[in-house]
Amino acid sequence: MQKSIKRYFPIFVLPTLAAFVIAFIVPFIMGVYLSFCKFTTVVDAQFVGLSNYIKMFQDKDFLYSLSFTAVFTVVSMVTVNVFAFLLALGLTKGIKGTNIFRTVFFMPNLIGGIVLGYIWQLIINGVLLKYGATITSDAKYGFWGLIVLMNWQLIGYMMIIYIAGIQNISPELIEAAKIDGATGMQILRKVTVPLVMPSITICLFLTLTNSFKLFDQNLALTAGGPGKETQMLALNIYNTFYGRVGWEGVGQAKAVLFFILVAVIALAQLFFTRRREVEN
Amino acid sequence: MLEISKGKSRLLSSIMTLLAAVFIIPVLVILMNSFKSKIYISDAPFKLPGAETFTGLENYIGGIAKTGFFQAFGWTAFITVFSVALILLCTSMTAWFIIRVKGKFTSMLYYLFVFAMIVPFQMVMFTMSKIANMLYLDNPVGIIFIYLGFGSGLSVFMFSGFVKSIPLEIEEAALIDGCNPLQTFFRIVLPILKPTVITVAILNTMWIWNDYLLPYLVIGNEYKTIPIAIQYLRGGYGSIDMGAMMAMLVLAIVPIIIFYLTCQKYIIKGVAAGAVKG
Repeated sequence: MQKSIKRYFPIFVLPTLAAFVIAFIVPFIMGVYLSFCKFTTVVDAQFVGLSNYIKMFQDKDFLYSLSFTAVFTVVSMVTVNVFAFLLALGLTKGIKGTNIFRTVFFMPNLIGGIVLGYIWQLIINGVLLKYGATITSDAKYGFWGLIVLMNWQLIGYMMIIYIAGIQNISPELIEAAKIDGATGMQILRKVTVPLVMPSITICLFLTLTNSFKLFDQNLALTAGGPGKETQMLALNIYNTFYGRVGWEGVGQAKAVLFFILVAVIALAQLFFTRRREVEN
Repeated sequence: MLEISKGKSRLLSSIMTLLAAVFIIPVLVILMNSFKSKIYISDAPFKLPGAETFTGLENYIGGIAKTGFFQAFGWTAFITVFSVALILLCTSMTAWFIIRVKGKFTSMLYYLFVFAMIVPFQMVMFTMSKIANMLYLDNPVGIIFIYLGFGSGLSVFMFSGFVKSIPLEIEEAALIDGCNPLQTFFRIVLPILKPTVITVAILNTMWIWNDYLLPYLVIGNEYKTIPIAIQYLRGGYGSIDMGAMMAMLVLAIVPIIIFYLTCQKYIIKGVAAGAVKG
């Protein structure tokens, strides 16, 4: 059977492989190489060793973006998951209209980042109007604005995953806990939370990567303002590439570091999920 | 699940209703403001349009003209539909081949596709847009090919996971009965793959329809998709035409909501399935 399929390689694999090589493999390899070069277009590259990487770590704006992104990621991970979990608990009690609520809470997730950014720009500026401020008058408004936006977008998504996890718990377990005299809070802590741990891991990592890689929302909501005080990593990389002539190499070096950070997060996720599979 | 008393259930319902309102209100505020004259939007965004501030469809007419919205809609629909169709066709075939033909080459390919999933777009954006430019792929047809390449990681991975669970006997029987691999794939395998096809289709549609940076860098100079058209309204450092912005936001949201309400069941299931695997 293998042999007869093998002959069909050009039909089954070649189109995907060609596109994959052109749109991903070649750009990726060139990207790694160019991070050690000085260039303005890809054909005039000159090898400069590690100087892009040195420049990158001397770039204060970049280091600021890195810490801003880290803090943002942690806050958004915590808030999104707490709210999503509470909503999921509320929507698994069999109240009327559960489906409608679920539909409504999930809806913002389908709206694109640029559109989301401008929706919240209007709302937040409207609220700040009373205090004579706008979202770009202080970095803390921008920060919390991004958090609110992120919550609005991701809560419904995480909620769906938590609902699936909670519904997988067999009712007998909860029944048994009740007979043993456990209170609602005890059931939640000792039965529900441990049993939905797989969903919690998935949701934590999804919010982590989504927040860490945020770009469109950042660009639309604050564009990094005031100054560069709400500029996240992805936006900083973009601005280094396209906003500073002669800094393309540094931009590419930042992109490589960004890739490594994301890869570490992904590997950590793999490690945690694998370990749990072994435990079970 | 846990049964709760009537009183508690009522309380919970009212809390949920309140929260649902909080979720919908931002969209309603945008809708309301899209009918107000542009100078009244930033100053009083939460006020209903009155006799003085109401402008009818003026913002829509102006915004559509300014951004070329219908063209943007057309390009976005064109790119999304054809990219998703191509991704579904090509990556499902590739995934089946990779799983069924065991060897060093196919397993290396598999790991490359998995690897591609974790690489952020910023890593390849500069080089990829230059290559697209050099190979004359910087047009709405060429970008479909780019989307196939960049989207193949996740899609191949998801299809492979499902192919592994299909028993080999069915395909062997088909081959013995004289089906060639193409017939086997399209008549036997693809119908079995249908649930994954829906999941992959939804995930890719959501990504490509809303994508901003990739189309902006590759075709943004000549062709605008909806996100590019909206970002374009902000322009340089001047003030934004808030009226046009509100109207365009509404026009961008409406198709998404229609799509969502028509295939809601599949979207929620697909997204949940995609999350668990991805």
